[in-house]
Amino acid sequence: MTAEREPFRIPIGPQHPSLKEPGHFEFSVDGEIVTQASLRLGYVHRGIEKGAEQRSWVQALYLLERVCGICSHVHATAYCLGVEKLAGVEAPPRAQAIRSLVAELERIHSHLLWLGVAAHEAGFDMLFMHSWRDRETVMNLLEGITGNRVNYSANLLGGVKCDIDQRLADAIRAGLDYLEERTQHYLDVVLNDALFLRRTRGIGVMSREDAERLGVVGPTARASGVARDVRVDAPYAAYRTLPVQIVTEMAGDLQARFIVRVRELFETYRLIRTLLDTLPEGELTVRIPRRIPPGEAISRVEAPRGELFYYLKSNGSDQPERIKIRTPTLPNFASVLVLTVGRQLADVPMILAGIDPCFSCNDRMVAIHDTGEGRDRRWTWEQLRQHGIEVYR
Amino acid sequence: MEFNKTWQDMLEQLKTWARVNSPWAIHFNSGSCNGCDIEILATLTPRYDMERFGLKLQGSPRHADVLICTGPVTRQARDRLIRIYEQMPDPKFVIAVGSCALSGGAFQGCYNILGGIDQVLPVDVYVPGCPPRPEAIIDGVVKLLEQLKAGYQPAARRSGVLRPVPVPVTDAG
Repeated sequence: MTAEREPFRIPIGPQHPSLKEPGHFEFSVDGEIVTQASLRLGYVHRGIEKGAEQRSWVQALYLLERVCGICSHVHATAYCLGVEKLAGVEAPPRAQAIRSLVAELERIHSHLLWLGVAAHEAGFDMLFMHSWRDRETVMNLLEGITGNRVNYSANLLGGVKCDIDQRLADAIRAGLDYLEERTQHYLDVVLNDALFLRRTRGIGVMSREDAERLGVVGPTARASGVARDVRVDAPYAAYRTLPVQIVTEMAGDLQARFIVRVRELFETYRLIRTLLDTLPEGELTVRIPRRIPPGEAISRVEAPRGELFYYLKSNGSDQPERIKIRTPTLPNFASVLVLTVGRQLADVPMILAGIDPCFSCNDRMVAIHDTGEGRDRRWTWEQLRQHGIEVYR
Repeated sequence: MEFNKTWQDMLEQLKTWARVNSPWAIHFNSGSCNGCDIEILATLTPRYDMERFGLKLQGSPRHADVLICTGPVTRQARDRLIRIYEQMPDPKFVIAVGSCALSGGAFQGCYNILGGIDQVLPVDVYVPGCPPRPEAIIDGVVKLLEQLKAGYQPAARRSGVLRPVPVPVTDAG
């Protein structure tokens, strides 16, 4: 008679050598094969949504920028677009173009960053160092435009803070020429490097049906053949006049995710050049009232990792009534838990890195509205604080 | 050659020499927005290259001399932060990187934030900025190494606190 074997569990995190952010994973393994995966998030839950309600509309902008340090500009853009929609104003065309320009530069920095981190997970530190060296080019450009390397705060409610002059435009063009040449090299590595292919080809395959069922977004979805991009589906800012070509791959494996992101870089270079060539003249800001008229607004933008969703509610005061953020990493996490099952444990870091996870983005709190008891689940500051203390001791 | 030194003094000198030339660091994000984390990584990459000071970022707290902390301390990361600190061998040094790690920064007053790193751990070096530039992070590390050469004792030992200060969890502030 044999007793039921307990599955061997491997806890990973929240402090772990591979990723720089805290997240806790638990994998059940049978030998080297993963049989079950689970995830515990929330280590970087800071209470930003509730915190934003305590601040004025203008102050909340700077808090929301710090939801995520990698894609801070898209968070600010989504928020500004939503608030402008509520106030019934529209930023001038030049401001819209600069918003898109900075967003695309940010996409370059994010994709190069991801390429390095993912290569590091594959044990390919050479590529890590190379891509991060080249990333400094775009960091310089962002610093030149906005004055800060990270958390640029280029956005204002009703416009942007920074202008692009001829000298900056030339610097950006020169930087892009260099990056384009380097990206060609990365594409070559991703497509042809024999050792790298052994870590990526045929690993973590997600079919198109799975991608749609799991609701993944961004480059992760596009690598499975789902042609979905907010810049195309619901254009905002300068994308309304600027057609974006969606980059898709059909294979759905890790290699496809690498190819999609590297090829998206070329599309981004093209977009930035077009934006620079057709930069409209005019004002940078438009006046926006301090008190935002009551109402609700939804704003969606395409972050480097996929669709970023903002819900804003105003009660007519100078403070937001409610802000809800849904970041792209959250739907993508579901795919990791599905894809790792049945794979080697050694592939797990690669599959995880393949979705470009960002923990600080997705640590939100959700309270399900309880219709059975008919209770109002709008939480006050004290209730939420008490809940936080009880849950986290 | 000084002959009036005891062998303990010589050993201490040797240990300081070794420590100054190869401080190993561990990085923990206790609620940061990522901005400081990517700048810490950038200091390791070719343009800034922090490894020329012998500083190596690696995974296990048991091998680390320096704990580089980013972000404000959230309620759920606090216990982990303390556990990682306690797993590190003595003497250990803490570098708080970023405005949030100093004081809570932009997140000050959020319901889940306890404040800066020094609410939980004794901190040796504070690097301000949101996020600090890689040069500033390098400067913080170099300052620590210079202090070590001059016989600096870890903040924990100086204050006589070898265990982290317990934080009351039901505070109202």
